Amino acid sequence: MSDLEAFREETRAWLEANCPEEMRQPVRDEDDVCWGGRNFQFKNDAQKAWLDTCIEKGYTVPAWPKEYGGAGLNPGEAKVLREEMRRINARPPLSSFGIWMLGPALLHFGTEGQKQRFLNEIARGEIRWCQGYSEPGSGSDLVSMQTFGEDKGDHWVVNGQKIWTSYADKADWIFCLVRTDKENKYQGITFMLYDMASEGVSTKPIKLISGNSPFCETFFDDVSVPKSYGDDCPGFVGEINRGWDVAKYLLGHEREMISGADGGARTAAIGAMLKRMVGDLDPVLRAELAMFDVDALAYTAMGEKFLDEVKVGKAHPAQPNMMKYAGTELNKRRHELMMAAGGSRALEWDSEETRGGAPSRNWLRTKANSIEGGTSEVMLNVISKRILDLPGA
Amino acid sequence: MPLYHNEDQAMLADTAGQFMSEEGSIAKQLRHWRDTECKDGFGHDFWKQFAELGFTGVLVAEDDGGLGMGHVEAGIVLEEIGRNLTPSPFLTSSVVAATALAQANDDLRGRYLPGLVSGDSVFAVAIDEGAKHRPENVACKAEKSGNGFKLTGQKDFVVHGASADMLVVAARTSGSDSDEDGITLFAVPKDASGMSHDAVRLVDSSMVTHTKFDGVELDGDAVIGEVDGGREILNKLLMAGRVGSAAEGVGVARGAMDMTVDYLKQRKQFGKLIGEFQALQHRASHLYSEVEIARAVVIKTQQLLDAGSEKADLMSSVAKAKVAKAAGLAVREGVQMHGGIGMTDEYDIGLYMKRDRALQEFMGDAYYHAGRVADMSGY
Repeated sequence: MSDLEAFREETRAWLEANCPEEMRQPVRDEDDVCWGGRNFQFKNDAQKAWLDTCIEKGYTVPAWPKEYGGAGLNPGEAKVLREEMRRINARPPLSSFGIWMLGPALLHFGTEGQKQRFLNEIARGEIRWCQGYSEPGSGSDLVSMQTFGEDKGDHWVVNGQKIWTSYADKADWIFCLVRTDKENKYQGITFMLYDMASEGVSTKPIKLISGNSPFCETFFDDVSVPKSYGDDCPGFVGEINRGWDVAKYLLGHEREMISGADGGARTAAIGAMLKRMVGDLDPVLRAELAMFDVDALAYTAMGEKFLDEVKVGKAHPAQPNMMKYAGTELNKRRHELMMAAGGSRALEWDSEETRGGAPSRNWLRTKANSIEGGTSEVMLNVISKRILDLPGA
Repeated sequence: MPLYHNEDQAMLADTAGQFMSEEGSIAKQLRHWRDTECKDGFGHDFWKQFAELGFTGVLVAEDDGGLGMGHVEAGIVLEEIGRNLTPSPFLTSSVVAATALAQANDDLRGRYLPGLVSGDSVFAVAIDEGAKHRPENVACKAEKSGNGFKLTGQKDFVVHGASADMLVVAARTSGSDSDEDGITLFAVPKDASGMSHDAVRLVDSSMVTHTKFDGVELDGDAVIGEVDGGREILNKLLMAGRVGSAAEGVGVARGAMDMTVDYLKQRKQFGKLIGEFQALQHRASHLYSEVEIARAVVIKTQQLLDAGSEKADLMSSVAKAKVAKAAGLAVREGVQMHGGIGMTDEYDIGLYMKRDRALQEFMGDAYYHAGRVADMSGY
């Protein structure tokens, strides 16, 4: 038996023994997600037990090194764990922007002290992070951002406003792009880390067309941000004024996350599920579902290939943009078809049968997929420039 | 297994790529045979070069004189064939027929595989009946006659039917047209008495036949596998055909896309390279995305097929359908973005459009396979 096969058997047995039954159902919506953080309310005991078990095993961040709270799995083992979890519909024990975005950036750019502190906090679900990128005047043109940090020696005083800050009202800390040099567009931004409980930070949820408020406006009014949190633990990532490099690196991970490259519900086939749900399908809808399922199953293979290639450095560095473009357009189409199959039932906004209008609210939520983290049009621009090398792109 | 080529496979891709772009180029092969109205649609000397490189026996077991490789390797050769529009019997003889013959008994394998591997004999496959691919129905009949069979019926879209030496034929030995069981596969010599081949040239300059069987007498030892037990072999053959033609389709798509992206970097209008226009950039980038996804599902399916996975059947239809959509997009965008010269016979982009159209139909188009995905998924 190869090492990987042995690992698979071991993992299967471990999941069987440790993953609670309630955690073996696909995530239906936000309510089923465990985000962690200072103020997180567990939905049930199983959710908490599953998190605790995984923290101990390093399985909230299986591929991170053990000293930072991970399990130190190699790419092959991490893939096996993913496959085995998916096989039993095991829910992720912990989801967070710390895991998907800040963590990879710290692993790449962070000091040892930052890694020891922040990565372990993320892995244990103790601190929930949010991302301060977009501003009211800086959406697709992110680098034009104006939030400013005035240098006061051992700290900055930050003033400005961010927007589309996901879950800022629920987050404990923020990783935030702050301009520290007004003369230098690209080399005048610092990637700062600070506590959302700091004086001068306020958030205001934005109500979306879905009726939900996953995003906030975030205001900084003379917020004091320390340059250091102690020995070898600066209050910024990378170098001062070179935060754009970190931001770009992290955007790759954000796009990868939004793309659904790691499989799961966003890229699953839906024809059979909808047939079970609604009975007879109109023949033309059935045909469209069949075409969708072809695209979804093909995209799932693409996600697997992409991750395999990323692990060994074979993927084109701009490939996450392609994944984000294709994955989000697919997810939007998926929800259009689910609404069509669901008929008038899927229109219900607050009924118990629809769990408070989940079909329509989720459908509307997906419209942001091709806007957040870079619009589809920006993704196509990047592919044109960096992959196809088209002139003037 | 990771979804990229290992070192040996990458080397094979280099070899196949170099061979196909030099010896198998559009100018040397496709245009040459087309413009000389070759009745075979490919060059026999060139086919012998395939054999010298070992490509002909890529899927044939080592014990049978082949390389004993898998569908990933066959697909590598096919992708280069697609990219260069290289006409050859590789897909039909070395992939589809070889897959069926691998299921034959020692005697049959010993009789036919050495010739298939050496390139001395070419195999065609006779599956389709009518203008659309409907392999669930087999009306062509093989009735018991003495110690053998008597074959009656018609097959269509028999690629290289007139130039092949042997045909693999699916015929009904019991039951009615749409029965799952009762099918038998036969290895039939092309010039057997009672057979007639109506050869026609297709839009892509490939040569196919409508082949009639009018009481063709066959020995019992022409049977591949078991009498009435041909469905399983037929399914294997079809999977190989789908995944193989999908791999060739990826090559066609990438060839058309690369040619088009190059053109966007050369052609000037309004004082600019047309590749500077965002209207074209976005379309080219969307195309790139679709072709990448098609490539991914093809290698995934090749690996599943090589591993003998149950999922290979469903995924072979997913792959064929996805490639059909992506390659169709590639050739249509290719001709449109080339503008007027894309419509000329002199430019190669139109040849990609023609080849894609023929490949779409071979082993079933996107509509057939998407329908199959729905059927197999239970809706």
